[in-house]
Amino acid sequence: MPYNQPDSRGHFEEFGGKYVPETLIPAINELDRLYSEVKDDSAFQDELSSLLKHYSGRPTPLYFARRISEELGYNIYLKREDLNHTGAHKINNALGQILLAKRMGKTRIIAETGAGMHGVATATVAAQFGLECIVYMGVEDIQRQKLNVFKMNLLGAEVRPVSSGSKTLKDATNEAIRDWVTHVENTYYLIGSVVGPHPYPMMVRDFQSVIGRETKEQYKELLNIKSPNNEFPSPIPDILVACVGGGSNAIGMFYPFLEDEIRLVGVEAAGLGVKTNDHAATMTKGEFGVLHGSASYLLQTKDGQIKLPHSVSAGLDYPGVGPEHSYLKSAGRVEYVSATDEEAIQSFQWLSEKEGILPALESSHALAFLKQRDNNIQDGENVIVCLSGRGDKDVHTVADYLGKEI
Amino acid sequence: MNRIQKIFQNRSEKVIPFLTAGYPTKESAVEMVMAAEQAGAAMVELGMPFSDPLADGLIIQEASQIAIENGVNIKWILETVSNIRMQSEMPLVLMGYINPIIKYGVDKFIIDCKNAGVDGLIIPDLPPEEAEEIVKMAQNVGICIILLVAPNTSDERIQEISQMVGVLIYCVAILGITGGQGANENELKKYLKRVEKFSSCPFVVGFGIKERVDVIEINKMAHGAVVGSAIIEQLKNSDEPVKTIGDYIKKLTRGTE
Ligand SMILES: Cc1ncc(COP(=O)(O)O)c(C=O)c1O
Repeated sequence: MPYNQPDSRGHFEEFGGKYVPETLIPAINELDRLYSEVKDDSAFQDELSSLLKHYSGRPTPLYFARRISEELGYNIYLKREDLNHTGAHKINNALGQILLAKRMGKTRIIAETGAGMHGVATATVAAQFGLECIVYMGVEDIQRQKLNVFKMNLLGAEVRPVSSGSKTLKDATNEAIRDWVTHVENTYYLIGSVVGPHPYPMMVRDFQSVIGRETKEQYKELLNIKSPNNEFPSPIPDILVACVGGGSNAIGMFYPFLEDEIRLVGVEAAGLGVKTNDHAATMTKGEFGVLHGSASYLLQTKDGQIKLPHSVSAGLDYPGVGPEHSYLKSAGRVEYVSATDEEAIQSFQWLSEKEGILPALESSHALAFLKQRDNNIQDGENVIVCLSGRGDKDVHTVADYLGKEI
Repeated sequence: MNRIQKIFQNRSEKVIPFLTAGYPTKESAVEMVMAAEQAGAAMVELGMPFSDPLADGLIIQEASQIAIENGVNIKWILETVSNIRMQSEMPLVLMGYINPIIKYGVDKFIIDCKNAGVDGLIIPDLPPEEAEEIVKMAQNVGICIILLVAPNTSDERIQEISQMVGVLIYCVAILGITGGQGANENELKKYLKRVEKFSSCPFVVGFGIKERVDVIEINKMAHGAVVGSAIIEQLKNSDEPVKTIGDYIKKLTRGTE
């Protein structure tokens, strides 16, 4: 069945939409108009492709991870988004949006960040295009991601600490939206995931879809199937796995495969366990609601107040999720599971020791799925994991967790 | 005719205080609204606290947080409105973000509002694009949804929004959040002239209004002045919230305590 979400109003059935104050409506409507223009504009797409290639280093490799495959008895491939410039998939989206900001004539870029990867990606493209950049970041995240804070400073961005609420990504996003409402005339809000009001979830998905498109091509090449006239159908892997914070690397990986016969698995952060109060498993435990401009599943109290999430991984420490994921869950197209802090840390060590790759703690959640006993992966199946980022930023957190001093 | 329509039938100076429901305490809530009425308030907005109020500045964020900690929820707010209704016919408007309303159940919320005696609803994160259904539901039971317009809302949109709601619209005076600077006088004048021309219903103005002089100026250009953060700020350091409210609103309505 052809997949064509969202509708023109930005709804993925009951999810999505534009739940923002009136002050922001002209800005998002303008963005919506502009984006629908550039979507099919070859000059824009060529400029973006060129930046992705020459600035970020795409295509990123699809790597067959031999040792962990041997250990588990099926074939594991890693889509190496960690090898992008700035070390995560976030740059794919930042480059796309900075080109839009330029076209809109905005001079000031704002962003929210959790792990700091999106903040670094935004600071990077703002430096590259010579635009002022302000990044909102919760004080708890500033503590656990010091390296990225300093990087943003080096890149010329101002990092504004946010000390309201849980002092993490949710609150940084509130503060970024308040800034945007106040400076909407000259400011572009460069959102870091498939969240926020329409058109952001759709637009960020499209920018991240380069992950899945490349993966499809590369998988075909890896299996060495030559079909010059496409007379054989492309080979399709059996399973795709990605971590889900807001959900941008996951949707970027899944989107080009949505119409194929393939198992898609999103892995959320279970923190100390989904039966405790300390987790960020929005899909598993959330209920329908509206946060940060769109309708989706949310972690909330019986009175509709947003709950404070917990994850060892700052990039997954968010009580909401992109509306398209909520739709894909309710439509039964994607399975959503979760991995605990403990499992993520173990997977971090596992990949480091067995493949020589330090994964981001976010990506470690996706890897943890491979080790879960009830994952229903069959011997000999072909599984692709989106390795969304590299783990350098997390070594302090991992050391703390393991009780080691660096 | 609903109580809001009634008071906006004739053009008189109107002060509309905003109070975060259950701040600083739940116990003082009814008396605070009564004190506001006695001090000359034309209508009162009761804020329903939300954990993530993205159109609000620090003052209202903090008040909301305390109210939530005090155990305020929609059920309690509606009971409070019922209690106020036993003593007063002043129009009452609830102002709050959409998520707690969705969690409560939109249909049930509208009906319970009607039964409690609520006259209007302001939902700052519900622009007309997402509001159609709730506007209809509310109109069916005689509750007004008061949609917002902003200085960057186009002429056509002002027209559409005012026609959609029919009774009253709320003009956000500035591009920004609550608790900030007041508007630039000339720009505000131009903006409100535009609203006057394109709105098919009366309009009140809020954000950045603090003092008696602001109230007088705004009422020359619009049909009422909403005062929010300035009031909440007074309550922050007060042990007698009921008296503080009465005194401050007297200053706003009469210029003296
Ligand atoms: C490496 C990495 N992976 C994943 C995420 C989670 O975001 P998303 O779910 O949008 O991909 C982040 C967010 O900071 C990240 O830095």
